[in-house]
Amino acid sequence: MDLFEHQAKELFAEYGVPVPTGKIAKTPEEARAIADEFAAAGTSRVVVKAQVKTGGRGKAGGVKVADSPADAEEKARQILGMDIKGHTVHKVLVEEASAIAQEYYFSFLLDRANRTFLSICSVEGGMEIEEVAATKPDAVAMVPISALAGVDRARAREIAAAGRLPVEALDGAAELIERLWAVFVDEDATLVEVNPLILTQDGRVVALDGKVTLDENASFRQAEHAALEDKAAADPLEAKAKAKDLNYVKLDGSVGIIGNGAGLVMSTLDVVAYAGEQYDGQKPANFLDIGGGASAEVMANGMEIVLGDPAVKSVFINVFGGITSGDAVANGIVQAVKLLGDRGETVDRPIVVRLDGNNAEEGRRILNEAAIPVIEQVETMDEAARRAAELAAQGA
Amino acid sequence: MAIWLTENSKVIVQGMTGGEGSKHTARMLRAGTNVVGGVNARKAGQTVTHEGRDLPVFGTVAEAIEQTGADVSVVFVPPKFTKDAVVEAIDAEIPLCIVITEGIPVHDSTWFWAHAVEKGGKTRIIGPNCPGIASPGKSNAGIIPADITTPGRIGLVSKSGTLTYQMMYELRDIGFSTCVGIGGDPVIGTTHIDALEAFQADPETDAIVMIGEIGGDAEERAAAYIEQHVTKPVVGYVAGFTAPEGKTMGHAGAIVSGSSGTAQAKKEALEKVGVRVGKTPSETARLMREIMSA
Repeated sequence: MDLFEHQAKELFAEYGVPVPTGKIAKTPEEARAIADEFAAAGTSRVVVKAQVKTGGRGKAGGVKVADSPADAEEKARQILGMDIKGHTVHKVLVEEASAIAQEYYFSFLLDRANRTFLSICSVEGGMEIEEVAATKPDAVAMVPISALAGVDRARAREIAAAGRLPVEALDGAAELIERLWAVFVDEDATLVEVNPLILTQDGRVVALDGKVTLDENASFRQAEHAALEDKAAADPLEAKAKAKDLNYVKLDGSVGIIGNGAGLVMSTLDVVAYAGEQYDGQKPANFLDIGGGASAEVMANGMEIVLGDPAVKSVFINVFGGITSGDAVANGIVQAVKLLGDRGETVDRPIVVRLDGNNAEEGRRILNEAAIPVIEQVETMDEAARRAAELAAQGA
Repeated sequence: MAIWLTENSKVIVQGMTGGEGSKHTARMLRAGTNVVGGVNARKAGQTVTHEGRDLPVFGTVAEAIEQTGADVSVVFVPPKFTKDAVVEAIDAEIPLCIVITEGIPVHDSTWFWAHAVEKGGKTRIIGPNCPGIASPGKSNAGIIPADITTPGRIGLVSKSGTLTYQMMYELRDIGFSTCVGIGGDPVIGTTHIDALEAFQADPETDAIVMIGEIGGDAEERAAAYIEQHVTKPVVGYVAGFTAPEGKTMGHAGAIVSGSSGTAQAKKEALEKVGVRVGKTPSETARLMREIMSA
């Protein structure tokens, strides 16, 4: 789960990482009121920053300096509602402007290839680190961090020095890096990035931005992370699926997909997209992995979510019978259709079922006997995908 | 001979007394696996019976090894206890530890990997979040449904469970030496490269199927390894061509970010080194069939 900048900074502040003072505004008037508070305390310059979970906000015009409360209101009006790379701006962070002497880059992240953690530090901050790494590789230090040893103050200072931070910034940076390591470990983050990390004109090192990704697998020991979730932004069907413990991702096509196993479902999306090329570009409408069990209830919940998408014109159920054998899956589908009927849902769109693996023949026999009008069976994955795309094109 | 898991492997189950552990211990025994016991500190000294076989429950992995000569551990404990279970297996120096558990925090898997390396790499870790390893006709450690295929001479390594099963089933008439599910998490113990190296060295494996999916650059690195070290024919498949950027598709590792990690980039890297890459699982199976019948 990615955090908004303001959430990241609130987290940083809890760990003693210096960040500028700021507050969230959802309207231009709120932005003005916050700027008024700063002005009353003697700070008239503020920065109004779009809160969206994507990079390149500055370039897109989502970060603006305001010289007065009236100006802050105006700048917030310009930024709120803006679209930045497909993300609509619903809130802005109004923050005291910092007197910047220098801008650096710092991050902790997971290094998948080397199965360890990595810190990246550079004296060249403020822009995309990939760009700096490409143009001035010597200016970017990549320091592997052992999960066992972690980062103490001395190690933090080494990282800052490796990133060629100037002597006057080393103490402040070392302290900040050590605290960011605590954020990274204690909050089960997979990314903690500060760009820019700044040296102020009065010699302090401050996190001017913050990007944090939290590991959702750690939710059993990070109870407070649930409150950080952006429920408003979630697709309503995705939210409904999550409430039912289903692994569902909404996509923009017309063929609803239900399958078991993440890899098989991903593969199903590909096969449907290929097949759809012959049928006016029909594409998968979603990713839905119902997992190993495939009980009637899970299948019914899955069908309800997928059919709840009005863009879905046909459904492709692609199940490989492994531990759960084909006959159990077939019974699950038959009961799911009944269950949906009992819930008052009508199964009104064609469903193509492909059953393979253990006891697939018995499963097919069960489905044939049930003779559910909307269900048709196809034996291979490729042909089933083709048929589902064809039906979607007919229903469009 | 198969790789890593043979008819001589003695398997213990960490978490044998739990729901998943019980169910799969029984399945493994039915598949012919030599399960010799389980580990649960709170039930040490008890005996559980599966498939007519009495299995002792030990307090620690070290004790289980000492009493039974076990050389493989399969871990089914819940996510919050998995790190400790794997660390215990590493400390007991068990040669092979297969972590089935799904949903382990990545800080935990990174930690136990670092611990394994520090202990001298005596324990091969497969997983986490993987279906395990099966050498058909010999032994099956994990949750792979062994009865969907037959013994043969193809080696299979895959990030995905169900795609592993799909491929085992499609090529069931030709059969497999060993099938390894390495798991879809961002940090895993055994990689595609480890499996490629072992299959290349295995006299009972003639050709290799490698199944990857979006995210990371493991397939690209495997391609570079194949170019240098693998002379046996390799057929590949990559899932996730149509996955949108920035969305997690079930596997924690399966997320496309930026330009790297895409299915297209992986396919191109593999094809560049002479690996034939199927467009669909069925086409991949056909490519392997051609190689094995040539």
